[in-house]
Amino acid sequence: MKRHLTCALAALLLVAGLAHAGERTAITIASEGASPPWDYIDQNGALAGFDIDVGNELCARIKLQCTFVAQDWDGIIPGLLVKKYDAIIAGMSITEKRKKSIAFSIPYAAAPNQIVMRRGLGLPPSDINAKLNLTDIDTAKKGTIEKLRENLKGRTLGVLRSSNSEAVVRELFGDVAEVRSYDSQENLKLDLTSERIDGGLGDRLVWKQFLDTPEGKAVEFFGPQLSGGTWGPGVGVGLRKEDTDLADALDKAIEASIRDGAIGKISLKWFGVDISPQTGK
Amino acid sequence: MDITLLLTSMVALASGIPLTLLLTFASLVAGLVLAVPLAFMRASSRKWLSLPVLAYTYVFRGTPLLVQLFIIYYGLGQIGAIRSSVLWVLLRDPFWCCLLAFSLNGAAYTTEIFRGGIQAVATGMIEAAQAVGMSPLQIKRRIIFPIAFRSVLPSYANEVISLVKATSLASTVTLLEITGLSRKLVSETFAPCEIFIAAGVLYLGLTLLLAGFFHVLEVWLNGTPRAKTYKRRVTLQQVAHGQ
Repeated sequence: MKRHLTCALAALLLVAGLAHAGERTAITIASEGASPPWDYIDQNGALAGFDIDVGNELCARIKLQCTFVAQDWDGIIPGLLVKKYDAIIAGMSITEKRKKSIAFSIPYAAAPNQIVMRRGLGLPPSDINAKLNLTDIDTAKKGTIEKLRENLKGRTLGVLRSSNSEAVVRELFGDVAEVRSYDSQENLKLDLTSERIDGGLGDRLVWKQFLDTPEGKAVEFFGPQLSGGTWGPGVGVGLRKEDTDLADALDKAIEASIRDGAIGKISLKWFGVDISPQTGK
Repeated sequence: MDITLLLTSMVALASGIPLTLLLTFASLVAGLVLAVPLAFMRASSRKWLSLPVLAYTYVFRGTPLLVQLFIIYYGLGQIGAIRSSVLWVLLRDPFWCCLLAFSLNGAAYTTEIFRGGIQAVATGMIEAAQAVGMSPLQIKRRIIFPIAFRSVLPSYANEVISLVKATSLASTVTLLEITGLSRKLVSETFAPCEIFIAAGVLYLGLTLLLAGFFHVLEVWLNGTPRAKTYKRRVTLQQVAHGQ
């Protein structure tokens, strides 16, 4: 009798354990909260923005309860690895380097990056609608980069610490320009308006919103819209490598919400343009 | 824990030591130059001399150093009048902003430390100096300052060690000293454990050197090391009293 009971108990525990591992009911998602309109802290102290809306949309589709937490950018991947939260939705580009530490969903957005410079620096006019993909650099692309290098020579450029823009700026212009890394995009903008730095590289849509503010009037786009290379295929949800169940569920949800236009709608609301990846449609 | 990464990052972080030391010593010197006259003013019995200094130390000891640094770096930069003034030549640069914040903050603490030392100098010594005809300035220079400096040296050493660690705040305004470099390395490797431990070990090494320096200075100024206890003397007294 006693043996039966032990057996039954063990079986029960096993079943309970399995059910717990396979079925999540809630997850915690980290966002940065300092890069509007992607994600920012609103007047009530809550996270808001494109990333948060996309996160809520995806959570509704995979039927999980989601809680958002704000986390500084340079600690956002270590925080995921030590399980302070289960996913990162913070406009994070899917890059080879990050893929060594964490896993990504399929891209939910594709947004270009661009250099901005202060007005009045005497820079030559440039085509700011041209596009430059940094994957497979050929002679023509090399020429464009060389021209940029000449114009940026001796300038001070600001970038977000741990961002791909930081990696790109250091790689392309690190030997001709001074590079300063900032904790947040907000602090970078402050130093740009106070003229401590001459320009910066970052997400084009984040710049766009800043350039439309009174403080942003002193700053303009410079050079082509940049993508590819270090930035990879686009922006995805960051996940721990072992959480394959979550990755599968999110991939399906992202694909569906790109196809039925849900992400496109959220994108229009926050950016005024549709930045949902074309390949998914 | 990846020991190889810990060691290699320690080598990489060592290139931040010169900037950490420069920030420490430059603000130390500026703070000391500022603190000595301020301490005498603060110890003065004249209210119009001591109250303004009290207000200064109250503000700088009563607010976080990080807040002071942000006000100086981000705050002042927002004011157009400052941006168009000559001050901007210095304030534009993150290094000078850090130096200003660290010096003013350090000077506030040092002023209060020295003030205590000055007030602790025995009245009899000052009276003796007056009796031999020294001027007030001579008394300050020959009697009060040397005695006060010796007695506050251990607390001052504390302040210097705090300052070494406070320089890590420079990383928040884009300077790449030890902490700034470690944050950069963490962003490249995603291994905060190894890299911040390596940074901690470097700071530990720096404070060890400084603590050693102040110990030697203390011994040199006092002639002999300070006795840790008076047990032996007590025993002799007890013998002398036949107990």
